[in-house]
Amino acid sequence: MISTNQPSARHTIAVLVANEPGVLARVIGLFSGRGYNIESLTVSEVDEVNARSRITIVTSGTPMVIEQIKAQLARLVPIYDVHDLTMEGPHVGREMALVKIRNAGEKRIEALRIADTFRARAIDSTLESFVFELTGDTGKIDAFIDLMISLGEVEVSRTGVVAIARGEHVQMPLVRKAKSTRRKTKKAAED
Amino acid sequence: MAKPRKTSPRTPSSPQAAKPEIMSGAAVVLRALKDQGVEVVFGYPGGAVLPIYDEIFKQNAIRHILVRHEQAAVHAAEGYARSTGKVGCVLVTSGPGATNAVTGLTDALMDSIPIVCLTGQVATHLIGNDAFQEADTTGITRPCTKHNYLVKDAEKLAEVMHEAFYVARSGRPGPVVVDLPKDIQFADCPYTNAKDQEPKSYRPQVKGDDSAIEKAVELIAKAKRPVFYGGGGLINAGPKASKLFGELVRKTGYPATLTLMGLGAYPASDKQFLGMLGMHGTYEANLAMHDCDVMICIGARFDDRVTGSLAGFSPKSKKIHVDIDPSSINKNVVVDVPIVGDAATVLEQMLAVWKAKSYKPDEKAIASWWRQIDGWRSRKCLAFKPGSKEIKPQQAIQRLFEKTRDMDCYITTEVGQHQMWAAQYFGFDEPNRWMTSGGLGTMGYGFPSAMGVQIAHPDALVVDISGEASFMMNMQELSTMRQYNLPVKAFIINNQWMGMVRQWQELIHGKRYSESYSEALPDFVKLAEAFGGVGLRATKASELDDVIDEMIASPHPVIADILVTKEENCFPMIPSGRAHNEMILSPSDQEQQTITDKGMALV
Repeated sequence: MISTNQPSARHTIAVLVANEPGVLARVIGLFSGRGYNIESLTVSEVDEVNARSRITIVTSGTPMVIEQIKAQLARLVPIYDVHDLTMEGPHVGREMALVKIRNAGEKRIEALRIADTFRARAIDSTLESFVFELTGDTGKIDAFIDLMISLGEVEVSRTGVVAIARGEHVQMPLVRKAKSTRRKTKKAAED
Repeated sequence: MAKPRKTSPRTPSSPQAAKPEIMSGAAVVLRALKDQGVEVVFGYPGGAVLPIYDEIFKQNAIRHILVRHEQAAVHAAEGYARSTGKVGCVLVTSGPGATNAVTGLTDALMDSIPIVCLTGQVATHLIGNDAFQEADTTGITRPCTKHNYLVKDAEKLAEVMHEAFYVARSGRPGPVVVDLPKDIQFADCPYTNAKDQEPKSYRPQVKGDDSAIEKAVELIAKAKRPVFYGGGGLINAGPKASKLFGELVRKTGYPATLTLMGLGAYPASDKQFLGMLGMHGTYEANLAMHDCDVMICIGARFDDRVTGSLAGFSPKSKKIHVDIDPSSINKNVVVDVPIVGDAATVLEQMLAVWKAKSYKPDEKAIASWWRQIDGWRSRKCLAFKPGSKEIKPQQAIQRLFEKTRDMDCYITTEVGQHQMWAAQYFGFDEPNRWMTSGGLGTMGYGFPSAMGVQIAHPDALVVDISGEASFMMNMQELSTMRQYNLPVKAFIINNQWMGMVRQWQELIHGKRYSESYSEALPDFVKLAEAFGGVGLRATKASELDDVIDEMIASPHPVIADILVTKEENCFPMIPSGRAHNEMILSPSDQEQQTITDKGMALV
């Protein structure tokens, strides 16, 4: 049972919402208005036919606060579904970061070596800088950035966490319009 | 920016679907209101809603009440909704019309009152351009409504109108704003009566979980020191919920208390009723809550006015909480048996289980619990000495109650001491008779709210128990009362102070009465007369009864200016930051009770 004095923990919540104007403002307004944390938030459309988007929110709070967040989200009118991925079982969460580092000499070589260990790819380079692309869980990206900071001037752009439950169950199925009505997408990139 | 699509008559996509009629957006709005059974709209015209006013002009099915301020329109709709159980409807213009409505909307959100508020908006191509009388209405009202809509597509207007009513009344009721750009009001729109169409994403749970209900009823049956704690949810769930609540309370023989919002859900005159609980609740109700072993909370939300200090709140009890809103559960107080569902439906389920399992209360334990409660009752926490010369505020309300007891009477209040005295000394035996601003605590709520009640119940006696300071916040509505011959009575408990502010300054701020004196008051008798109403005044106890009689008998709007003892405080009181068992009962207790630093920071 929930009690008032349990410690705060980080939760990843997936929310299926109507893809309509203002819906993100409702979600964000709920968090700010009620004083909840947002560590990261990502959103994109997943259902073209019924116009639904999936929002992934990483938040932290005591079990009582997390329960409140989920109940408050669920009662918003344009919200269809709320899943606490952290509570409901194993899930995978990843984020991507673009990390620019400006340095020279030995430190530049060291940055490349570390990037290699982290399986980060250099996607831009000048004589004084690299931009690395790195995917992983939050901890891995934090660790990479920590190392980079000691090697030069760093600029970071992160996507925030996207997450999905492990296993064969499809919680929020992707629905697409019939091919003819869809915009032609470019052929999938090399990876 | 998307332009509203002009639609031409077209063949329906499926043979079963009725061919939608094409009419102007403004006509669609009126038609949807009519199909939703709206009889009256409280509103104020302006540039951005002129097409809707033009449609109002052309029809007779819906009555429009022209208020004098948009805030009053929302409060009037709240009074209408609260006293009838129907959705209240408001129509205001863009910009200032919408921003003036914000207080009313917030009030309705806090007290879960179903309201649909239609706001005009500048034409869609002007939105975002800082146009004349433009405000980001959906942005401003997002946190103070249950939901809101900006209609940018003429095709969706009818659907949005019907969905707005569905959302306002379903689940935990609340205010819904529909923002209507002026070009949409002119555009050709298809109308289909989508009255019964539910939105896909919002389906509140009505029926309670069976196993939770069985667990709850077992707990109720085995209780030795139980208490029922009912709230505004009982009123919102319709008169049936109050009836079933009464049935369960009587069947068990357990004591019952009600929140400010719940008054009337159980008859105040019944011996099982302990009175209101909370900050200004009765001694017996608060101590029963503190010492109970099973608390049965139905349609209440463990508000801070009710619980006092959470750390000291009912420490020994198992708690059952029935609420239609899952977010109310475990919000402030962790409960043992949560049940999400409609109060009436869950009570019906509970009664069925009680009967099926032929439960019997533990009579010996309950009798001894009642003995303890009677001991608390014998403190007579609401006793006061009626003045022989001066009128005591409690006495004024008690006399009003005694004189109107057998009448078809509705009471509204403003906010402050008079509100608490009204809750303490005016007994309500039925739901929907008591309209007060509980959650938001809006001064200026009662008078316009009474107007809405009077519109809904033209032959009833409607009294706004008011304070002189609160009354001045929406007294412009005297003009509306005159226009529609609404015989609302404003019963002003006039102590020439913002009484509750003064009381807190006395208790917490060393009697430094900063800005709480009602300076330069108008002559309320002349004020009433200036607006074509009747003004009455009682200055001493001997005049009180006559003034009340005259007020009740008058077929006109009346202001009764009741001059009462100025320094009277509202007791009992749980000082902020204290628990239920740390009540102040009288001025003499007040000397001993000091408020902690932590308590001082609370409101």
